[in-house]
Amino acid sequence: MSTLPARKLRVATASLAGCFGCHMSFLDIDEHLFELVDIIEFDRSPLTDIKEVGPCDIGIIEGGVCNSENVHVLREFRRNCKTLIALGACAVNGGLPAQRNHIPLAECLREVYQFRPGLENGQIPNDPELPLPLDKVRPIHEVVRIDYFIPGCPPSGPAIWKFLTDLIAGRTPRLTGGLLHYD
Amino acid sequence: MSFELETATNRESLRRVAIDPVSRVEGHGKVTLLLDEAGHVKEARLHIVEFRGFEKFIQGRPYWEVPVMVQRLCGICPVSHHLAAAKALDPVVGAVPITATAEKIRRLMHYGQILQSHALHFFHLSSPDLLFGFESPVQQRNIVGVAGAYPEVARQGVLLRKFGQEVIRITAGKRVHGTGAVPGGVNKSLTPAERDELLQDADQMIQWSRDAVHLARRLHETNGSLYDEFGLFRSHIFSLVRADGAMDLYDGHLRLRDARGQIVRDDLACDDYENFIREEVKSWSYMKFPYITELGPGRGWYKVGPLARVQNCDFIPSTLAEIERQAFIAHGDGEPIHAPLAYHWARMIEMLHAAEVIRSLLDDPDILSDKRMAEGPRGREGVGIIEAPRGTLIHHYRVGDDDLVSYCNLIVSTTHNNQAMNEAVRQVARRYLDGRQLTEGLLNHIEVAIRAFDPCLSCATHALGKMPLAVELLDAEGKLLDHASSGG
Ligand code: SF4
Repeated sequence: MSTLPARKLRVATASLAGCFGCHMSFLDIDEHLFELVDIIEFDRSPLTDIKEVGPCDIGIIEGGVCNSENVHVLREFRRNCKTLIALGACAVNGGLPAQRNHIPLAECLREVYQFRPGLENGQIPNDPELPLPLDKVRPIHEVVRIDYFIPGCPPSGPAIWKFLTDLIAGRTPRLTGGLLHYD
Repeated sequence: MSFELETATNRESLRRVAIDPVSRVEGHGKVTLLLDEAGHVKEARLHIVEFRGFEKFIQGRPYWEVPVMVQRLCGICPVSHHLAAAKALDPVVGAVPITATAEKIRRLMHYGQILQSHALHFFHLSSPDLLFGFESPVQQRNIVGVAGAYPEVARQGVLLRKFGQEVIRITAGKRVHGTGAVPGGVNKSLTPAERDELLQDADQMIQWSRDAVHLARRLHETNGSLYDEFGLFRSHIFSLVRADGAMDLYDGHLRLRDARGQIVRDDLACDDYENFIREEVKSWSYMKFPYITELGPGRGWYKVGPLARVQNCDFIPSTLAEIERQAFIAHGDGEPIHAPLAYHWARMIEMLHAAEVIRSLLDDPDILSDKRMAEGPRGREGVGIIEAPRGTLIHHYRVGDDDLVSYCNLIVSTTHNNQAMNEAVRQVARRYLDGRQLTEGLLNHIEVAIRAFDPCLSCATHALGKMPLAVELLDAEGKLLDHASSGG
């Protein structure tokens, strides 16, 4: 990379109602990971043991919002990150988990936890330690302001690399050709 | 011993400590501890806190969409769900058996995934604990820290994972969420150029995988009692094995051994899984607790995954991995190894096996053939069971005459290990945390135990849940967007 920022940028990532595929695609930058960590450092991320997000330059969110915990984490990210990126179909529009949106919650719960063959002690889990689920899975821009959206399920490793290197170098990130896809 | 710290009496008077989220694992989980005034642990639970609803919303979809949809359960092991679904749906299109080409392409894809997922787990997620120590500084405990201190280890880890991902890309079309397998076969075989591309690196991957096995083994040999006893509990072990007892991660029958290593059930047909597995629901987790029906929930729980598989099979059908398996078994000195940290060693043996299987499949002319699809009389139901990186994965579907899925049941790998992970957490809590001032490093001990199982908490959250309270979600302007329901 040509223009290096003066100090390391802090980057945080989170997976909300996603499958981790977008994080896997991030790791699909392969050896570029070693170049990347010369210029960034990770804050809270599933890849580190930092549990609370601190002040960051870039926040990357995978997954939509499906429960109260997701809402909390998302708001913390918005408060702390100068630039917030929605990575992948689930964050951008809810993705596949939003397929549950047309089904009443109670019906699903009863079917999966109570009235299925092969269940012992069938009941709906209801401990206060479990975060409150929302009736619908929401895209993250409905809850906080988002600076950039990267579509794809997941966006490819090369797309993530191009986007981040543009952003870090101070260019307007642009994905063109095969790097921009919706699936 | 089991269930001892599961539920404290007089819970209200106890102090709560949470590890939230559990990090360097895939998915969304947390641990809560309840402690009395003297710091004695009275309760320890691993909770799975997210819910999805896949089993429900797959019902009503056309069956051919299913292998592509279900991958979105998990981005680390999408191929497992992809293939388990395709296998379950083969009988629906009458493809019994599938063609040799289809089976070999699927196997290639699957062992590619075993390789990438095991590499990811060992190098990217767990190696910081193993190389730096469980109480090393938080800032160092990640793959970047490993890259700084052990650059060659980190580089090999990244390249091993990359190779596995490339095997997947070439067989499935994409590294994450490809579309290679379809009910009845596969939609693509390899071109000679693609095969040659993979062949270039295949021998190097076998070499590095062997080095990784030796690294894991050295950790056990140099940290004897810690590695052999950390989080230790005994249980049944469960996995697929091939008809002749060999390790097979793509297909076979189910076998159960008891904690002493005796085979108690063998030759269990996959189609019959409902007859010998039941699942218990507990109020405090969205993940169910499976057990062997005839043994009951108290005694019938078991371990799955690499530690189970390496000891449940009679042999590994590839030369180098079998040598390593024998060294592993010898370490147990006549007894099965139940130590959670031995999962890492077993996992690396499987990674080596996967690299060897990939190497030999690449020499097989069938992978270049275009006999990709089979068909026959329509069926209405299918069960697909596969050994995913984390253990036995069960997909079960019924399909109506209108081609729509009418029933879907999934028991994912990590769910089988639910009780086992909770046991490991409680053992560690009892041994290392009880009565002590809880530091970050001590709490990380709990996570080290959970990580050993390589849980995929994302997969395990496929079911929907609900809460007894209510919450409102307001948008940036304070407008009501959504509310969480107490009764739907
Ligand atoms: S966009 Fe796709 S890959 Fe990313 S989290 Fe959602 S389902 Fe997974």
